[in-house]
Amino acid sequence: MRDKRMSAAEVAAELSDGMTVGIGGWGSRRKPMALVRAILDTPVRDLTIVSYGGPDVGLLCAAGKVRRLVYGFVSLDTIPYDPWFQRVRQQGGIEVREFDEGMFYSGLLAASHRLPFLPIRAGLGSDVLRVNPDLKTVQSPYDGEELVAMPALKLDVALVHLNRADPHGNGQYLGPDPYFDDLFCMAAKRRFLSCEQIVDTSELDGPPQTLLTNRMMVDGVVETPNGAHFTSCVPDYGRDEAFQRVYAKSAADEELWPSFVDQFLSRGETGYQLAVQATS
Amino acid sequence: MSRIDVCVAACADLFLGAGEILASPMGLIPQLGAKLARLTTEPDLLLSDGEAYLLGEHGVEGWLPYRKVFDVVAHGRRHVVMGANQLDRFGNQNISAIGDHDKPTRQLLGFRGAPGNTVNHRTSYWVPKHSRRVFVPRVDVVSGVGHDRGFHHAYRVVTNLCVLDFETPDGSMRLVSTHPGVTVDEVLDNTGFPLDIGETATTREPSRQELELIDKLDPDHARD
Repeated sequence: MRDKRMSAAEVAAELSDGMTVGIGGWGSRRKPMALVRAILDTPVRDLTIVSYGGPDVGLLCAAGKVRRLVYGFVSLDTIPYDPWFQRVRQQGGIEVREFDEGMFYSGLLAASHRLPFLPIRAGLGSDVLRVNPDLKTVQSPYDGEELVAMPALKLDVALVHLNRADPHGNGQYLGPDPYFDDLFCMAAKRRFLSCEQIVDTSELDGPPQTLLTNRMMVDGVVETPNGAHFTSCVPDYGRDEAFQRVYAKSAADEELWPSFVDQFLSRGETGYQLAVQATS
Repeated sequence: MSRIDVCVAACADLFLGAGEILASPMGLIPQLGAKLARLTTEPDLLLSDGEAYLLGEHGVEGWLPYRKVFDVVAHGRRHVVMGANQLDRFGNQNISAIGDHDKPTRQLLGFRGAPGNTVNHRTSYWVPKHSRRVFVPRVDVVSGVGHDRGFHHAYRVVTNLCVLDFETPDGSMRLVSTHPGVTVDEVLDNTGFPLDIGETATTREPSRQELELIDKLDPDHARD
């Protein structure tokens, strides 16, 4: 079986300008933050980001990487709003495709199944249809009910983070929620999985239903310990709430932000993790 | 007894007769209300821990990660209590953005699950500060769908001042009761559109047993 191990920088180098990149996790939970940080170190730009958004969105917006954002929400969970996302929206700095979060799920599922769309009730009567004027409805051929035809959210690249994986891309989540990481992978042409620890296949113990991705769904595996920081990656670690507050405070103040970048985001992943350790 | 305990009991009453469905209260006061309902009138209610588990009386009784929540939304056995940055007289709710959606003056959370919730199952709202900022003639972005747009799942609104519903011929908002010590005028002064005020009652006070339960559920008084 193929050894798919690679570095975060090698994953980031796979991205090119204008690509559509799906990011797994949910809000400020199990985000592939080390991969996101690696993207900040590249010249890539004009990305379309597809995400149940958290600080992944904030960091990419801060670095000017985002041309277009596809989302149902952007939130830091314990802090309701991501300041960078708010700022770029209020400046009119990005194009958006804002959906109901169940519609977003249908879009991922449609892409995973190679369907052009899936029907869903969510969106009817709401301004989802007004702010996305290209969205269409379909009529049920059985009883005539009108439903929203949620288009497939096709991705060029998927980035997800799990607790464990083997070198072939069999990935395991050990927390309570798979989120939508398997669907992100199935919706994408190129799929990259970061994890807390790479282990032998035989060491992927625990209930078999925790094996969320299998190797045909993954093109590259990256070991990034603490790689979801500062989002949660239970049971390995919870969200670093103190650090998240530092992020949010810095992100909310354009005068503070450069020193946050200097302290945490300017010396690669090793430098980031050392700087985080030094603050805790 | 404080005003906030009246609000908790009013939130508990949202679930009267709900039976064996999933209660999804967003925010502390609706959460306390749903828990109080399960301990009193609605023992069959299902409650999530806000993450991926259903919590029964004695710990975990089920698994409900986010993607299964969407299944329950579509299935319909759910009553959600959401917040609202803006709410109009037909129950249209905005949690997406203030101003023009293309370039908002204030970006909020986004649509979240509001469009799907309101076309699939019963939805109520909790407004901790009843004001003309929230109760507006017209919401900037319709996230949760109201009665004038062809959907009929908006049930009640509980605020720090009163309880409202939509039991009028055209599905517009009606004052059900004001909390003890609150006048009808106070509600009207803080509402940016005309309200139907028929036979307005006083919101019931929680019983001594309910007050004891609320104290047990929130011993540190995070609700105050």
